[in-house]
Amino acid sequence: MRPDSRNGSGERGSRCRRGRASRRRRRLAARYTLLTIGALVVLAPLYLTFVSSLLPPSALAERPPPLFPLDPQWHDYVIAWTQGDLGVYLRNSAIQTGIIVCGQLVTSVLAGYAFAFLRFPFKRALFVVFLATLMIPFEVTLVTNTQTISELGWYNTFAGLTVPFLATGVGTFLLRQAFLQIPRDLREAATLDGYGRLRFLLRIALPLARPALAALGVFSFLAAWNQYLWPLVVTGSGNGVRTVQIGLKLLQGTEVSRTDVALAGTVIAVLPLLVLLVVFQKQLVRSLTAGAVK
Amino acid sequence: MSRGRESPPARTRRSRAVREAALGYLLVLPALAVFGVFVFYPFAENFRLALYQTPPYPGLPSRYVGLHQVGQVLASSGFLQSLGSTLLFVVMVVPAGLLIGLLLAVAAHRRLRAMAVYRVIFSSTVVTSVAVSALVFGTLMDPVVGLLPWLGLNPSPPILQNTTWALPAIAVMSVWQFLGLSFVVMSAGLSAVPEEVLEAARVDGASERTVFWRVTVPLLSPTIFFGLVVATIYAFQTFGQVDILIGYSSAAFEHVNLLVYDILNTIEVAKTSGQAAVLSLALFLLTLGVTLLQLRLVERRVHYAA
Amino acid sequence: MADVAFRGATKRFDRRPAVEHLDLEVADGELLVLLGPSGCGKTTALRMVAGLEEPDEGEIVIGGRVVNDVEPKDRDVAMVFQSYALYPHLNVERNIEFPLRRRGVDAQRRRQTVHEVAASLGLQELLARKPRELSGGQRQRVALARAIVRQPRAFLMDEPLSNLDAALRLQTRADIVALQARLGTTTLYVTHDQVEAMTMGHRIAVLDHGVLQQVGPPHALYDRPANLFVAKFLGSPGMNVLPATLEGTAAHVARVDGGHVPLGDDGVAASGQVASLAVGVRPEHLALSPSGTLEAKVLLVELLGADVHVLCQLGHQTKLVVRQDASAPRPAIGDGVRIAVARGSVHVFTGESGGRLGGPG
Repeated sequence: MRPDSRNGSGERGSRCRRGRASRRRRRLAARYTLLTIGALVVLAPLYLTFVSSLLPPSALAERPPPLFPLDPQWHDYVIAWTQGDLGVYLRNSAIQTGIIVCGQLVTSVLAGYAFAFLRFPFKRALFVVFLATLMIPFEVTLVTNTQTISELGWYNTFAGLTVPFLATGVGTFLLRQAFLQIPRDLREAATLDGYGRLRFLLRIALPLARPALAALGVFSFLAAWNQYLWPLVVTGSGNGVRTVQIGLKLLQGTEVSRTDVALAGTVIAVLPLLVLLVVFQKQLVRSLTAGAVK
Repeated sequence: MSRGRESPPARTRRSRAVREAALGYLLVLPALAVFGVFVFYPFAENFRLALYQTPPYPGLPSRYVGLHQVGQVLASSGFLQSLGSTLLFVVMVVPAGLLIGLLLAVAAHRRLRAMAVYRVIFSSTVVTSVAVSALVFGTLMDPVVGLLPWLGLNPSPPILQNTTWALPAIAVMSVWQFLGLSFVVMSAGLSAVPEEVLEAARVDGASERTVFWRVTVPLLSPTIFFGLVVATIYAFQTFGQVDILIGYSSAAFEHVNLLVYDILNTIEVAKTSGQAAVLSLALFLLTLGVTLLQLRLVERRVHYAA
Repeated sequence: MADVAFRGATKRFDRRPAVEHLDLEVADGELLVLLGPSGCGKTTALRMVAGLEEPDEGEIVIGGRVVNDVEPKDRDVAMVFQSYALYPHLNVERNIEFPLRRRGVDAQRRRQTVHEVAASLGLQELLARKPRELSGGQRQRVALARAIVRQPRAFLMDEPLSNLDAALRLQTRADIVALQARLGTTTLYVTHDQVEAMTMGHRIAVLDHGVLQQVGPPHALYDRPANLFVAKFLGSPGMNVLPATLEGTAAHVARVDGGHVPLGDDGVAASGQVASLAVGVRPEHLALSPSGTLEAKVLLVELLGADVHVLCQLGHQTKLVVRQDASAPRPAIGDGVRIAVARGSVHVFTGESGGRLGGPG
């Protein structure tokens, strides 16, 4: 700190101001440098993957790695889509994710509504039971769940892929909270206006809980689409219901063992989610941080 | 115009309450059924299975061995190695991931030009799945087409087969994948720190560094702690990286046999559900321990903004 | 339209009575104000009529029919909530229309009714707005419109003005009175504001701790309060209450701190049995006068425009307020003054129960 920087009058004051301005500029430059380095590090793996997926196989081993695909080869995408069956996998993932998202929204809305608005014996205890599911990681239930699925004959079916995930403790909690935010007066006004429980839910409660619904929807979409362990376990053989994540493993492993094709497949698999991120960033952040900030 | 039924008030009131309760149960039922069949039943079944030894040949009945099997599995070198690798993995991934996430969140916290772009970039790995990350990093670390030899890092055997370097390699990939969540959580925590408090500290003559360490970080401590717990629990559940990049055919497998991978292996390859149940319960206890620690510490040490 | 009645209605929360054995009749077309401090049970009483609370004992009667077992939606009453309870996601038009949609009114008729009601309340410019884009007064009018549009048998209004600023409250008060007179709909109006009650109600029912204290036209309650609670609650400032003892057996004069006050010509009959007494005098019946019967010291002089309130101390314990015209000479703080009590203006209450023993009227 310069000796005169504490004096705020006349000539010396303006010098002080100039000093502050240049210090601020330096700090700003440092901040942007840090941000840019961070961005490069975070982006590099995905970006290099994207570039490599467009390179001809001969260029893959070039060093330094090419940073722009000067002669983009979309051919690998066609191979991944057809020979790698990515088209089928994407469809399966869409169905699996669709079922899980809809199922979770429905069960969470119903249970959340009951916990928020209805009176019934053992309500508190049941709510604790719902929250207790958060304490049990899915991995812990794997041993018996694989047996259950095989006893039900649900191997290689969408039922096997999705039914275990049709309810969620977090989702129920999220919607209960959203419903509890609705003022009691509003509920009573609707009652006097002739709206029963179901109509109140559809006409008032759901529209007002839209932010929570969106957050839950985006969150379960992300979680379902990216599932790896369970689809691996229940889609043992054949492409019938195999999801895109498992398809990626196969691309990298045996079926079409070509790096460039595998990378093209990777890009195809991650693209829908990057779109999701950009479009629904707000909802995504809200759902991911639901428990973090009071 | 409206119901003309004249029944004693007490009875109507009771029947109304019964109908409300019935509706309540009906609405809770679907979720409860799923939880019952796919969460609580299989969870409880672990305790029973742990007491029975699965015979080496399929078709033979399993045998009640009491706690013998529990002790046997927990003392086995395989489990201890798996537990050790898992804990080491947690130590490598969690602090690094949280710290970098915090750093990026602080850097991107100001309302400045292009910040929205940086934020999307930093949170982007939230949406990358394990399979995608594994493929991306598998390629980067490939001994032939990867970048490591060009960067002068060319361990032998290749990094993912290397007993020393395979686990750190998986950890680096996991830190990258975790950065997005870490950044998102830390950013949310930062924006919940009231600006007036920081301004008050600045007016009191504190330097930016002091403000950060003495005001921001303490106010952020609940968020940091939340991140710590969530990250640790996620790290315990790591599976896909090992499955895709290592696999039990790898030379380095013994050193990267993380707990969940071990569980699945025990179910699918060894087909000994009793042992798998013991491993599952061990995983549960680890998770529970972290969660309980969270409850204890949140009450005691972590500073909450009032 | 219909009359509304409480017959021995009792409601308890956790065994604590909120409304106790309430007997009250509201005539067809009447505007009755339920008045009392917060927690007195007035809102609970209103909610029992709406069907939002079920009485533990007694009956609620609407239009001559006991409605205890009738669902709220079938009672055909409309409620205006203190918070207005507008549906935040619906615009003004849809908010007003909301009750009609469940009543099998066809779309065209609905539209027409909504527009008529909106026009009558000056809302036609705002139909497309969402509640959050409205001012407090506008929201209040939308809430009224939503109640009116159904043409219910009764209006229930729960402190509908308490969220408005003072000037708007004055205006809206007059609007509601005019509206009720035009529609002639039976109205129960809950408030804690005695000015609202005095200016709006055909009759006022005063509640305290769940118990009905007195019912009657505003002037009757003001001039002949049934007990100390009503005496103190009505009027601003409220009635001065002084502990008193009777002088002699004639009982035409009561002795209080700092002097004595004249009772009515007929005095207080049967006062011999009463151990302790309280006398009440409204501030406007007191005057500073050298010939006054009370000796006091001036503590505070408040100018309120046309009026001046002079707070005085009698003896050691007792304080009272004298209302003067602003044109009258004002005393200074600390002055010793004498206070005259207008003849026939003194109310007498028992000291224990606060019940009325005698006084003007």
